Amino acid sequence: MSSIDLLFQRLRTAGKKAFMPFITAGDPDLDFTEAVIGELAGRGCDLFELGIPYSDPIADGPVIQASYNRALEKKIKLADILERIGKITGGTGCQPVLPAPPIVTMASYAVVYRHGLEKYVADAQAAGAAGAIVPDLPVEEAAPLAAICRKADFSLIQLITPTTPRDRAKRIAEQTTGFIYYVSITGITGERESLPPQILDDVAWLRQQTPLPVCIGFGISRPEHVRMLAPVADGLIVGSAIVRRMAEAAVKPRRQVLDEIGRFVASLRAALE
Amino acid sequence: MAQATNDVPNAVGRFGPFGGRYVPETLIHALEELAVEYEKAAADPAFHRELDLLLRDYVGRPSPLYFAERLTEHCGGAKIYLKREDLNHTGAHKINNTLGQALLTVRMGKRRVIAETGAGQHGVATATACARFGLECVVYMGAEDIRRQRPNVFSMKLLGAEVRPVTGGSRTLRDAINEAMRDWMSSVETTHYILGSVVGPHPFPRIVRDFQTVIGRETRSQCLEQIGRLPEVIVACVGGGSNAAGIFYPFIPDADVELVGVEAGGRSRRLGDHAATLCHGRPGVLHGSFSYVLQDEDGQTCDVHSVSAGLDYPGTGPEHSFWKETGRAAYTSVDDREALEACDLLARLEGILPALESAHAVAEALKIAPRRKQEEIVVVNLSGRGDKDAAEIARLRGEEF
Repeated sequence: MSSIDLLFQRLRTAGKKAFMPFITAGDPDLDFTEAVIGELAGRGCDLFELGIPYSDPIADGPVIQASYNRALEKKIKLADILERIGKITGGTGCQPVLPAPPIVTMASYAVVYRHGLEKYVADAQAAGAAGAIVPDLPVEEAAPLAAICRKADFSLIQLITPTTPRDRAKRIAEQTTGFIYYVSITGITGERESLPPQILDDVAWLRQQTPLPVCIGFGISRPEHVRMLAPVADGLIVGSAIVRRMAEAAVKPRRQVLDEIGRFVASLRAALE
Repeated sequence: MAQATNDVPNAVGRFGPFGGRYVPETLIHALEELAVEYEKAAADPAFHRELDLLLRDYVGRPSPLYFAERLTEHCGGAKIYLKREDLNHTGAHKINNTLGQALLTVRMGKRRVIAETGAGQHGVATATACARFGLECVVYMGAEDIRRQRPNVFSMKLLGAEVRPVTGGSRTLRDAINEAMRDWMSSVETTHYILGSVVGPHPFPRIVRDFQTVIGRETRSQCLEQIGRLPEVIVACVGGGSNAAGIFYPFIPDADVELVGVEAGGRSRRLGDHAATLCHGRPGVLHGSFSYVLQDEDGQTCDVHSVSAGLDYPGTGPEHSFWKETGRAAYTSVDDREALEACDLLARLEGILPALESAHAVAEALKIAPRRKQEEIVVVNLSGRGDKDAAEIARLRGEEF
């Protein structure tokens, strides 16, 4: 069992839901990434999705694109990100910065492939990451990476979307480990005013098909979204709304930005209870 | 690596190890739908009749195979023939694909089309096909390309398309593809993405190649009719690689015909100064496909440069990677200066102003022909005409336009 499996087992037993922030690694630098993780872990976040910046992220809206670009302009390297994950989790042998919730990396297949599939899983796991999301690796292409992940007990979280036919959704669920990432909308990442009510039925159906936890992401940015989705999901993922606030670290004192992000996340986290 | 074959891609879009489908789950259903619809269309004689008629009466096909006598004399070697795709309606080979895909769009019941464009040729060809079939059309184009290909931008608007400038990244073709894909992520249920080259996720590399093979089929029969035999060498420029794939593919089984793809050598061999992906890149993933790419050690796509907006791309079609690995085609590069000189020479000696993309192929033919015997034949795919480049050439020369 990976630490993600253990986490959801614990949450389900306690009748609780996971809150999972997405943050970009290295925007504007890894010290700030670490500080945000520390702040949000203290605010009760259960799991972190750490975005590995990529030059051509086609599933991402303007906020995350811009964030990736800022990190890449500062020449962020995968090796530095992995090293920092190790420092945060204690994975590299040092004393962990915090009793860290599990971290999953979100990296394009271009990055994973170039690093080497075996090496990516080995290095991420050695650093203390618990799993990976590869947003442009559909189930048909995932077999080689999935086999490596399975052997290493490293979760490979796969995505199901509103455009996924139901028989295909079942097939994806069978190949997924850790949790299923259900994409709330047909579109790219970014805050939305409202979310389509159809999600509720779709996720409820999905949860009957699989014992895996189902977490919903994309567009979630307000307490009312959280209240709407919490009853059907095992967890919620919030990205752009946090990343947009992180961007202010360039112009405001970092402590202030951390407080603002912390309060924002706490307001969403409260709506989850 | 196995031998090159025409029996690719397989059912999951693989050309040997290359190709595949590396895109977000949101797009998978639409790609499957497209693959199924394309299979149906390809097996439907009525579809082919309609497309063939359009290619004849609307595009003006077959395009001539022209013996470039004075260019041949100038080189003093093999005879140079030009496959005149520049004479097609809209001035390039791109229309062969956009009409085919517009017909597919109509068959799928979709009313909105998006496209990316680099040089603007694919954008114009898409806008044209959409006007012809009454489809709404949005074209994504890098801001840098909008600057250097203004005539095409204006044409697209005249044809009723909306041109959306892309200001992210390098503001060129690669970013235009990113933006078109992002549009498609949200609009996939009602919109068809007319991808303009043999790149992207399966089934695009196959569909675009198939629609472009009309170039090679005509060239083959024209060679047999006009010369009485097949040529020794075929030369075509390669960015994404659609005109090259279109002329190469029907010759794949003709092992004696040498196929030469010409990439953009840009300013220098330094990474960032060229767009010679097959010459200097390595296999990786970009825009949904496993193929040669120019990227750094972390898998980040590199910036590229070419004087030609249509070759300015850090990836290439998976079938070209397959042909490179199997040795069936050879890939080389021609730099900015050589391309500009070839453009000038063809204009002065033959009265044909080629697109800067096609000028790369001409430049390579100028190197090949003198080394060959006089009875040998070199066919150059003259993929587009150069009117669109006149202002940019003037700017590079420091002349008034």
